[in-house]
Amino acid sequence: MGYPHPSHPKETVVLSEYFGDADARTYAGWVKRGGYEALRTALAMEPQAVIDTVKAAGLRGRGGAGFPAGVKWDFMPKQKSKAHYLCCNADESEPGTFKDREIMRWTPHALIEGCAIAAHAIRAETVFIYIRGEFTEPIRVMQAALDEAYKEGVLGKSAMGTGVPIDIYIHRGAGAYICGEETALMNSIEGKRGNPRIRPPFPAAYGVFGMPTTINNVETLTSALHIIKRGSDWYKGLSLSNPKSTGTKLMSVCGNVVRPGNYEITMGFPMKELIYDLCGGVHDGRTLKAVIPGGSSVPVLTKEEAEACLMDYEGVVEAGSMLGSGGMIVFDDSADMVYQMMRIAKFYAHESCAQCTQCREGTAWTVRILEKILSGKGEMGDLDLLLDVGEQMTGKTICVLADSCAAPVGSAIKKFPEEFEAYIKGARSPAGVFA
Amino acid sequence: MHDTTAHGPVFTGERRTRLDEILARYPTKQAGLLPALWMAQEAHGWISDAAMAEVAEVLELTPAYVKGVVTFYTMYHRHPVGKYFIQVCTTTPCNICGAEGVVEAFLRETGCGELGATSDDSRYTVIEVECLGACGFATPVMINDDFIEGVTPENVPDVLKRYA
Repeated sequence: MGYPHPSHPKETVVLSEYFGDADARTYAGWVKRGGYEALRTALAMEPQAVIDTVKAAGLRGRGGAGFPAGVKWDFMPKQKSKAHYLCCNADESEPGTFKDREIMRWTPHALIEGCAIAAHAIRAETVFIYIRGEFTEPIRVMQAALDEAYKEGVLGKSAMGTGVPIDIYIHRGAGAYICGEETALMNSIEGKRGNPRIRPPFPAAYGVFGMPTTINNVETLTSALHIIKRGSDWYKGLSLSNPKSTGTKLMSVCGNVVRPGNYEITMGFPMKELIYDLCGGVHDGRTLKAVIPGGSSVPVLTKEEAEACLMDYEGVVEAGSMLGSGGMIVFDDSADMVYQMMRIAKFYAHESCAQCTQCREGTAWTVRILEKILSGKGEMGDLDLLLDVGEQMTGKTICVLADSCAAPVGSAIKKFPEEFEAYIKGARSPAGVFA
Repeated sequence: MHDTTAHGPVFTGERRTRLDEILARYPTKQAGLLPALWMAQEAHGWISDAAMAEVAEVLELTPAYVKGVVTFYTMYHRHPVGKYFIQVCTTTPCNICGAEGVVEAFLRETGCGELGATSDDSRYTVIEVECLGACGFATPVMINDDFIEGVTPENVPDVLKRYA
């Protein structure tokens, strides 16, 4: 449903069915709604059968990369010679994205169930749910649900009495966007600075504590439970455009729309309908200017590109951007794209772990050059300089944080050059604090 | 600047028991570092060099290593802050919904005057933070552990009434 708004008939409500329903937060309430049936089913299956079911459903990673979840699970060693771990990435920090927060706030047992199903599939006895430090309420709700799940025998040395040991713990972050990067997250659990690691080795071979590890996003793991419950054919059938993108997706829509919130759509749903019908469009007297569709780290779409875009992994790429985490930032004609690109660059400069020169220097210089333009001291050559810096930040670092800064900024310069030129040519007065 | 603050130990009694329970979850003591630092901050409101040294001793790490980790994460305070620590999100999604006006309102209403400064009565510290992950509820603000959605420049005085 379009939490915090009532469900819209065009939504496909699966993950969000109980958003806003406080009773679903409790163990009794969850069981009453059919909760933990999927886990019981999964625990009675061979781990490989669980993996094959999720693979057949076509579930792809909802954290941003879109990698097939079942394939990832299949990378884990089949013969267990050491401890296996599952990490659940609940470090939701990508600007524009706020879906995992709602899953944890309203349906904590759904996440526990999804984690336990995945743990069984990859033969992991320990799960760490890494929740960003600022999410105090989701942490409280998740911990209360975990306490209940232990009390009811869902977790522990013999999950649901089946003899399969599954422990789930919360690991609280402490304020670092980069810890949402999978290997940085693992370092953070180990008590280290959240610096991403060079791959290979990949987590399935050498993950947290050097052990075979799988890491999945909150929404991915929660989706897995519905696949076990209703079957891979049902899930595969949820696809409006490209068959490589299946299931439902929680789209977090924010910025200049009448009804911001989370909307659950079937993969391939038209962005135009999401913005205008579900979210009520932009405010009266305003027109749509641009959309960043997948969290702030992806290229900007113009109004025309956005209105023609079908929302699945392939469709958004075709439109010129990426589906990413599904965090949509909507800009109306009042938005200053130069100033907002500076804010995005500032975010990445602040969050760079500073390991790689291209990222540490590139993000900081991107901010400085944009500030120079905003203060009215820019030159036309600065735009080429920004694009050149962006190019040096793309595909050259340990993780993609640098790329994430270069993509929106570079695309905005190319798609909205007149806004940048207006500052440079003095047609627009210096903005905000730069005045 | 060398920090010479001295205060009582963090890991005694109930906190020591709680830390031991947490350590049992991990195969290494080092993995208890983030939880231990949270407990140190909970005890004293911030993390002094002395607290870092104690954490280091308990987890068999060096104080320098602990400091390296503390400085990486923005939520650990290395200096005392006001009784109410106010964090206002100003990243792009909130920014286009007027977050900078919310910051100004907090600075004005708390008497802090500038970002990062603590008010004369030691009650408030206001900072801008990057994305709080509640973009659909602009502008989210954290006051200590409370997460408040939909703050506007107009309702800042009402919000502050709960934090006198």
